[in-house]
Amino acid sequence: MAHLPRPTLSLFLVLSLQIIFSAIAFGSDFQESDEEEFSEELLLRPLPDRKVLAHFHFESRAPPSLSDSHGRHHHLFPKAIAQLVQKFRVKEMELSFTQGRWNYDRWGGFDPISSSNAKPPGVELWAAFDVPQYLVDASWKNLTHTLSGLFCASINFLESSTTYSAPEWSFHPSSGSLRYGTLPREAVCTENLTPWLKLLPCRDKAGLSVLMDRPSIYRGFYHSQQLRLTSPEFEGRLESGIVLKQTLTVVLQPDSQGASNTYSSETKLQPSWSLSSIFGRKVTSRCVLAKSSNIYLQLEGGLVTELENVRKENVISWIDNVGSEGWRTNPFFDLSVNPDSVLREVNSLHGSSSSVLYEYSVAKYSDSRPFDLGLKWKSPVVWSCPQAPLHASRFLMGSGNERGAIAISLISTGLNEHFLGANIVEGSCKLEVDIFQVVPWYVKVYYHTLRVFVNGQPQAVTDVVEKMRVSPSEDKVSPGVMELVLKFPCDVKSAALTLEFDKGFLHIDEYPPDANQGFDIPSAIISFPNFHARTHYFEDSSLKRSPMLSKFQEKSRVRSYSEVLLVPLTTPDFSMPYNVITITCTAFALYFGSLLNVLRRRVGEEERFLKNRAAKKAGRLAQLLSMLSAKIRGKKWEHPQSPSASSSFISLKLIVKVVLVTGIAIAWQYYSQ
Amino acid sequence: MEPKEQSKEKKEKLWFWNWVIASVIFRLVLIYFPKNLNLASRPEVSTPLTSLRRLAEGYWLKQLSMSPYAGSMYHGSPLLLSLLGPLTVKRIEGQPDHLLCSLVFVIADIVNAMLIRATGQNLQMEYTRSLKLLDHVKLSEKPGKIIPSGDIAALVYLWNPFTIVACVGLSTSPIENLAIILSLYGACKRQAPLAAFGWVIATHLSLYPAILIIPMILLLGYGTDTPPRKLFLQRRNVEVGDNPPNDRCCEREEVVHRSEVPHVFSWRPVIHFFCWTSLWSVYVLVLCGISVKQYGGLWELFKRTYGFMLTVQDLSPNIGVLWYFFAEVFDFFRNFFLIVFHGNILFMMLPLAIRLKHRPCFLAFVYIAISSMLKSYPSVGDSALYLGLLGLFVNELADMQFSFFLFCGYVGVSLLSPVMHNLWIWRGTGNANFYFATAMAYACLQIILVVESVSAMLNHDRKLRKPLTELQDGKN
Repeated sequence: MAHLPRPTLSLFLVLSLQIIFSAIAFGSDFQESDEEEFSEELLLRPLPDRKVLAHFHFESRAPPSLSDSHGRHHHLFPKAIAQLVQKFRVKEMELSFTQGRWNYDRWGGFDPISSSNAKPPGVELWAAFDVPQYLVDASWKNLTHTLSGLFCASINFLESSTTYSAPEWSFHPSSGSLRYGTLPREAVCTENLTPWLKLLPCRDKAGLSVLMDRPSIYRGFYHSQQLRLTSPEFEGRLESGIVLKQTLTVVLQPDSQGASNTYSSETKLQPSWSLSSIFGRKVTSRCVLAKSSNIYLQLEGGLVTELENVRKENVISWIDNVGSEGWRTNPFFDLSVNPDSVLREVNSLHGSSSSVLYEYSVAKYSDSRPFDLGLKWKSPVVWSCPQAPLHASRFLMGSGNERGAIAISLISTGLNEHFLGANIVEGSCKLEVDIFQVVPWYVKVYYHTLRVFVNGQPQAVTDVVEKMRVSPSEDKVSPGVMELVLKFPCDVKSAALTLEFDKGFLHIDEYPPDANQGFDIPSAIISFPNFHARTHYFEDSSLKRSPMLSKFQEKSRVRSYSEVLLVPLTTPDFSMPYNVITITCTAFALYFGSLLNVLRRRVGEEERFLKNRAAKKAGRLAQLLSMLSAKIRGKKWEHPQSPSASSSFISLKLIVKVVLVTGIAIAWQYYSQ
Repeated sequence: MEPKEQSKEKKEKLWFWNWVIASVIFRLVLIYFPKNLNLASRPEVSTPLTSLRRLAEGYWLKQLSMSPYAGSMYHGSPLLLSLLGPLTVKRIEGQPDHLLCSLVFVIADIVNAMLIRATGQNLQMEYTRSLKLLDHVKLSEKPGKIIPSGDIAALVYLWNPFTIVACVGLSTSPIENLAIILSLYGACKRQAPLAAFGWVIATHLSLYPAILIIPMILLLGYGTDTPPRKLFLQRRNVEVGDNPPNDRCCEREEVVHRSEVPHVFSWRPVIHFFCWTSLWSVYVLVLCGISVKQYGGLWELFKRTYGFMLTVQDLSPNIGVLWYFFAEVFDFFRNFFLIVFHGNILFMMLPLAIRLKHRPCFLAFVYIAISSMLKSYPSVGDSALYLGLLGLFVNELADMQFSFFLFCGYVGVSLLSPVMHNLWIWRGTGNANFYFATAMAYACLQIILVVESVSAMLNHDRKLRKPLTELQDGKN
């Protein structure tokens, strides 16, 4: 009897305290929107090339900070990030750590994931600040140092003005206060993932992040961990606070059981996979702090089309079959778990068919009944992912270490035909392409050598380039930035841009330890402003059930990153700076000494002439006497040198010299102090 | 006898012009080779200062209404940019890309050669006159055997492979050389405005010719090269002592008349020169100021041109030694060595000026040779200039030592340097030291050339004095 009230009492106390605290913190108008929110989602998608894409999406929201932001208490939102936003007044920021290269051909280039989560290798950071123009650079430098400490990465190298740039219009519409920098050679590993996970309220102890088994993630073909911050409050929109989106995109190769057999016999059959087989773990429970915790399985439009084609043949309406068995099994694959609901994409742009989303809620599952979604392929199916209108690749031309050329090649993917109708606005169909390229200063680009080829034919630059902004690189100060807007006719098959450059020669200290490996030119960003990667799963945009799906609905331009280029630079001999210094100095000494020697050399008669002059200066009488005596003795006359006089003269000279030197020394000492 | 000599002379003149025309044709043929034989990208030919490609980039930036000095591409003069810039863009169908620029450089080369020739003729006139004045024994021994040094120098300049390469290889050094030679010519002819113009433009274009102000003043003050003034005095003394006392007065008058011509320092042309110099400088500065007004003004211009030259920021290889030195030297010594190396050019100015003040043209040659050896971004165009000027002193320097060795050295270095560059940069089988070794050898050759030519010139003066002193000694 006596035991019973105690827990209830303490529970009551805790609850009431919490309410009081939160009431104090949030003010009197305690509203639903003022709460901090966290949600976790995972999207799985089979890829055409026998791989699986896993896209984790964690979103934390903090309510708008009140005017007195001091001593603010956070429940879910990471305090470090909130402080960072407040301190540097970050309007928008995106930081990504990527290993591997996104394969735009096979993994798609037109969906929201590929345009916003496919990132260049290494570290990419951009941030927009809400500070006056002259403070932007200082804020950027501070931010890089802070992030460097937060994420255990060498982001602080982005502090140097040679590594970051200020794109004006081609990268992000809101700019001016935007800075962009990349570190192509940053190695990404668990030491970067762990601090990233620490920002999640459940870390990797519960919820979907349990799946992040390090070995299986880093075994993947591509992984990109990203952190995106938006704080619209600086723009005057006070209704929403800081939004932190953490995403991890992984492309994994499922281990197909008995791989050797199936691979050789039926190459087209996709490997079956389950969560436990690709991650080595199962989802046991949701993160209790998360508002929503969902897993989605996405079938791409291309795959759905293939399935529907078969349906027409077999007259099995698999997707409209309301029974749960229809969702789970169809002629192509079996799902091990029944989805909670099925969503179809609306307003699809890609051809005839739209993608399908199976939704699973993790809340139902527990330790005793872990969630392990499995996909078992039964018959081979071939499909392709939606592509960006032009496939971009970049390469180097030329040989040797003196000069070369950068070429960006754009090849039509055949997608344009679908959009011919959509984009004819001003009578003629034009395909607009934005290119943003940053080139480090030691690659000295001659921008006047820009040449454009369309369908293999050279074109006048002014015909194709609609708008151009170049800020040439300055040695050891800033990188070269080129922003271009190109307009091609819609039926363009291929296009290429070339730029010639000279390779720079650096000081011996400026080379990295492995200088002969070469230097990286960061990826160029090719974006298509008229094409937007957005996928609607809901008719009404007000439905904000899933942050990830609403992110997919956002209007974002299709964007792709080109390859990172490796430029080998000539190296000096690192081993012998002393030799060079001594040899050069010897040559200079040779020059100085021998020339001075030639100039002051006197041959016989000149010396005699000088002696004559010196003798004339001496006493006339003594000179006469000595001359006389010389004549008498029949010897050649020589000017007599009185030892006493000369010695006194020399000593006087010596004293003067010593005094002079000491004077200089004292003056120097005094001056230097 | 007379007509025969005249026809011979005519023949010689014809011979000269034939060679000049042949050199022009040779250049045009080379220009029409595809891609200019890739000479434009040779590090020996185009330095960051003289490369026409960088000039084209600067012009392109200017056309985009950006500063031509934005980016570290162009470091030359804004006047040259507005002069040559439009020519880099103009293309003529079916002709090589930079035909117009090449033609400008060919014309500059021809004008250079003509000016050198005129200077040489002037020098030679003075030389024969002074020899006659001294009644020199050598003259009587070999009558009329003075080589026409002007023609020789002009042809040496025109046919020097370095000049040809610099002209065809689209570097702006022919224009810079033109300014220097113009100032020398003007000073030799004692035309202060022309000399001042040349000097101001040369200094504006490449800074180092600024040290030529000393030979300019001496040339304008004393006139062209003569044997040392002391010799004339000595000669007068000898003559005076020789003559019997009765007709001494009239003889002395004559001697005074004869020998007084070379040694009076006339201030008038020098003051004229300074006035014109300030005038031209103001003019050039105003023009520059107008052209860079919206890009940061004159200070920015000086920082981007002269600052770039003096601080050796570009470490790309060239035939000098400073690029490798500053690529390897420790950063905290950098300023010290910059001062030392540039000081080296200045240190020798005064001793040379004292010792060679009677030969201002030769002094100018030595200055040019020294600055082209020690400048931060030397190219073969600079060597072409001093090698051409060397031809002017072919009579005086006839007894120069090591001339064959030097010739072989120049040939060897100019053949080896491309090979080493290829091994290092293109093939990757050599390393930087290979190329640096040729640069070092080249620097040493230039040092020997300068030292030996100065020594030969001083010896020549001694030789002129020898008969006089012997005469004096015998008398005593």
